[in-house]
Amino acid sequence: MTEEALKDLLYKIADDQLIIGHRNSEWTGVGPLLEEDIAFSSMAQDKVGHSLAFYNLLHELGEQDPDTIAFTRNAEQFHNCQLVELPIGEYDFSLIRHFLFDHAELIRFQMLADCPVDEIAQVAKKLRGEVKYHVMHANTWISQLSNSTEEAKERLQKSLEEALPYALGIFEPSTFEKEIVDAGIYLGEKAIEEQWKENIAAALEDSALSLPDWNLITPVYGGRYGKHTEHLQPLLEEMSEVFRVDPTADW
Amino acid sequence: MNFTKQDILTLLEEVKDPEIPVLSLVDLGVISKIDINGSHVGVTITPTFTGCPAMDYMKQDVADTLQKHGIDDHDVKVSFEHEWSSDMISEKGRKALKEFGLAPPPVHNNVIEDLDIISHAECPNCGSIETTLKSPFGPTLCRSLHHCNACGEAFESFKPI
Repeated sequence: MTEEALKDLLYKIADDQLIIGHRNSEWTGVGPLLEEDIAFSSMAQDKVGHSLAFYNLLHELGEQDPDTIAFTRNAEQFHNCQLVELPIGEYDFSLIRHFLFDHAELIRFQMLADCPVDEIAQVAKKLRGEVKYHVMHANTWISQLSNSTEEAKERLQKSLEEALPYALGIFEPSTFEKEIVDAGIYLGEKAIEEQWKENIAAALEDSALSLPDWNLITPVYGGRYGKHTEHLQPLLEEMSEVFRVDPTADW
Repeated sequence: MNFTKQDILTLLEEVKDPEIPVLSLVDLGVISKIDINGSHVGVTITPTFTGCPAMDYMKQDVADTLQKHGIDDHDVKVSFEHEWSSDMISEKGRKALKEFGLAPPPVHNNVIEDLDIISHAECPNCGSIETTLKSPFGPTLCRSLHHCNACGEAFESFKPI
């Protein structure tokens, strides 16, 4: 397996974490209730920490230092799926996105915990324990909120349907898919997707929400190779605003 | 002079978790390796939570403490090689947490299936387990929020991980 293939994998994981982390942080101070304000802020801190762990692995493989990678690239150089860059919208959308994304993340890290590359396996083992709390948080809220009022149920169902095509974009096949799977790095995007469909269906069982027919949904691909919505570049500009004032500053 | 591993552990008892100042890094269980080679001392710490901003402070505090005790030739690194678990917090550490007003994490033996595990944390104020989980996320990454139905106090718990 080539180093290029491994970097491709690490970049998409790291960029997903950084961008969803930034989006989660937009709830700081404006959450619908104090506990949720704190929860999204905590998850933001976790995600940005997770991105750093993967940028550090990339740095060890010869890429630039984490701050440079995080703050100086343009949208088309990012490998995140489009799901994570979409605006936070109303709370129902952010909650649904968090639910769909973190279920996928948990499976990814569980798989990578058995990765033959020790450094990746060590980070994945650590992260799966943390992401488990994100998944448990999402499951609890989806179940309780969807069973509360008709309006809550309708809003969540609508957000679910809007987010699903983007969520399938998490599993956009890599250019190096075969190489990575043959090398035993993990079971590949298709395998995560299948497991994810089972897991979210099980988690939605005690909710009032229903999954549409998967065959009727067209996945939104492109994010893994630099095709992004108009929402990513403004996010990057906001995120790097302070950094760009003085890139050499020591914080 | 040459130090033994035990000497270094004793010195590191002085270094506290910056967010929980009653808990030493030794009792927290994050000192994962001590290498002594002649006059050189290497200390490896393992992160509690990956995004924990206190890790850099802990690393610096360990280096400063070694320096203070005349160990000029040292290096301190953070490594994921030995995975940290809240089960690694010592008995002494658990007691210190409780006295600090923070419920110690339930021992989980690597089985955390759902939030039930933190649904009935023991209230550090009155000892009751008639408590309610308010949120799995608290003021720091390692804490959850609870309410005690017996004494009516809100409290925080160190999260099992």
